[in-house]
Amino acid sequence: MSLNPFGNSRLLRGARRTLTGLHPALESLLAAVIGLLIGALLMYIWGFDPWKAYWALLQGAYGGSYEWASTLSRATPLILTALTFSVCVRAGMFNIGAEGQMLVGAMAAICVTYFAMPSGIHLLIGLVFAAAAGAAWSIVPALLKITRGVSEVISTIMFNWIGRWLALYLAIYVIVDPQRAEKTLTVPVTARFPILVRGTDFSYAFFLSLFVALVLYFILWHTTMGYEVRAAGLNPTAARYGGIRNKRTMIVSFLLGGAAAGLAGAAIVMGMPPSYAAFGGGAFPNLTNIGFDGMAVAMVGRNHPIGIIAAAVLFGGLNAGGRVMQFYGSNPVPLEMVRIVMGAIVLAMSVPELIRLFPAIRKQGQSLMRLLRKKGASSEEGST
Amino acid sequence: MNWSDLLGLLRIALHAMVPITLTAVGEIVGETAGLFNIGLEGILLISAFAGAVGAKIGGPWMGFLIGAGVGAAIGFLFAVINTYWKGTQMVTGIGINLFAMGFVAFGLIQLGAPGFYAVPQAAQLAKWRTGMGAMSPIIVVALVLPFLIHWFMRRTRAGLMLKAAGEMPEAADVAGVNVNRMRLLAATFGGMLAGIAGAYMSIAWIGSVTKDLSAGRGFIALATVVFSGLNPLLALLGGFIFGFFQGLAEWVKTLPSKPIPFQFVSMLPYIVTLLVVSGAIGRVRFPKALGEPYKRE
Repeated sequence: MSLNPFGNSRLLRGARRTLTGLHPALESLLAAVIGLLIGALLMYIWGFDPWKAYWALLQGAYGGSYEWASTLSRATPLILTALTFSVCVRAGMFNIGAEGQMLVGAMAAICVTYFAMPSGIHLLIGLVFAAAAGAAWSIVPALLKITRGVSEVISTIMFNWIGRWLALYLAIYVIVDPQRAEKTLTVPVTARFPILVRGTDFSYAFFLSLFVALVLYFILWHTTMGYEVRAAGLNPTAARYGGIRNKRTMIVSFLLGGAAAGLAGAAIVMGMPPSYAAFGGGAFPNLTNIGFDGMAVAMVGRNHPIGIIAAAVLFGGLNAGGRVMQFYGSNPVPLEMVRIVMGAIVLAMSVPELIRLFPAIRKQGQSLMRLLRKKGASSEEGST
Repeated sequence: MNWSDLLGLLRIALHAMVPITLTAVGEIVGETAGLFNIGLEGILLISAFAGAVGAKIGGPWMGFLIGAGVGAAIGFLFAVINTYWKGTQMVTGIGINLFAMGFVAFGLIQLGAPGFYAVPQAAQLAKWRTGMGAMSPIIVVALVLPFLIHWFMRRTRAGLMLKAAGEMPEAADVAGVNVNRMRLLAATFGGMLAGIAGAYMSIAWIGSVTKDLSAGRGFIALATVVFSGLNPLLALLGGFIFGFFQGLAEWVKTLPSKPIPFQFVSMLPYIVTLLVVSGAIGRVRFPKALGEPYKRE
């Protein structure tokens, strides 16, 4: 038995209970509402008009087809980094290293600039590079956990920082644009995702995210390997007695997650106009925080691929709408408010069965249930 | 490397030790009682910001007071969610970290200094002039506190009650210890120490606030806790080791010959953290009930 706090199966079971609880969609929705209310409260305290700001945000996120394109475009990488986190939660671990895996994947994808190739294959090679780099960046924490019992919470964060500095080194000295020192080489047209909606930044990369989500859903719920991963996450001791090699499931879940995070990096540098590059000079403004935001998406999506897609549309909307919000009215609210709201949503998500904290709602629910049960019982009596 | 270089390195190491040791000692108290807080990174960041704002208004000590208060408040919130509300400690911690990233970035804009806020000289805590150069007085706190906490946990009744709450909450409950209250106090205290550490970074050491001021120190502190096996004295040693390598990285950066690109030098503290933790695990034992909410049967 591992002696570090994360090897504690009871802890993980507790975590799973929260993360895959009873009335999932309702609780996620409630957490989102609480997060938005906390954001509104802070805006009010800081002297902003929260209703105006949220109105602008809503318009900017879901107000029309251009806005929807912008929202889905921002949801694209979030789906992938959310999958990184959730695959590992399903296996009973907390991989909070999507940020580093995503950065390394983005750098690997930019490397395709060095070859000239026909358009479809060029893109595909870039994706393979990115997925391999992301997976490679996740394998060391997995091995450290298996061989030395090092908590993945610590090792993945350390790898985030090491990956960040490595990516900065690469972006500044190796794959740098010789004309513009602050950015990397630009991914050539042959290796880009085509734009889906003209005049927006919504590209076919979105279908990559959907595809990866479906593949992971299939692997987790319709293959033996996926079954083993989920069994190890539910109860590692029982899984081991059942003949499941926990070490293998750990490695598999980290590799799958790392590959997804690497693809998230590729989805941005190969599928997000206008830059098609990373900016080492500005410490990666278009890439930073995609990994961390993905964790929030995973939790709100209850670590289920389908839930994650829905949650990514919510968070992509927050990001897209936030861009409109920050220029709206005479006293606009900075974009950073969006991340405050995300953090508040995750805090609300951490309370299991949030609904039970509201006794009035609970009582009403109980009396409703009693009523239904009575009705059910009486109708049964009537029929017999 | 000559004598003055070595002294300079030691000076940086001692300064870099303070936030890690303070945060780790606080987390040791929290983990002893059974709460595992990965939101320390966020507490460091928010309290660094809050401390800088407090120092601007009422001087450096006011800054420390506000930093400690904000840290304690977040520790308290974390504890309430994870004791009385039976929350999931990992998720709460991640939420605190996300919230902190947004809050500080937002707050810096509100201060009129997007991305980078330099704490005015008057608001910074004055350093002592010593034979080794300017030293922050908080170093003394970081050197003494682990001994006090060590004594508290081994030699006082409250310290033993704390241990019982983390080790076997059922037995502690029967013996008349209020487990949840014990954990609440421990996590609030841990949050307060992380708050002091955050305020120290902005107003007594680095002298500025940025979005990534904490730079993984909350997690390095968690690694230190693992390394220490919940012994505050070893947290002092662990903090010094990490501080030393951070100092070494700073020192290599100043070398005129630039033997290694500074991006690689900057990785050093994180690589050392990984190495130290992988070496430490195996001999370390954690409280039995760590990470679990306590429910009365």
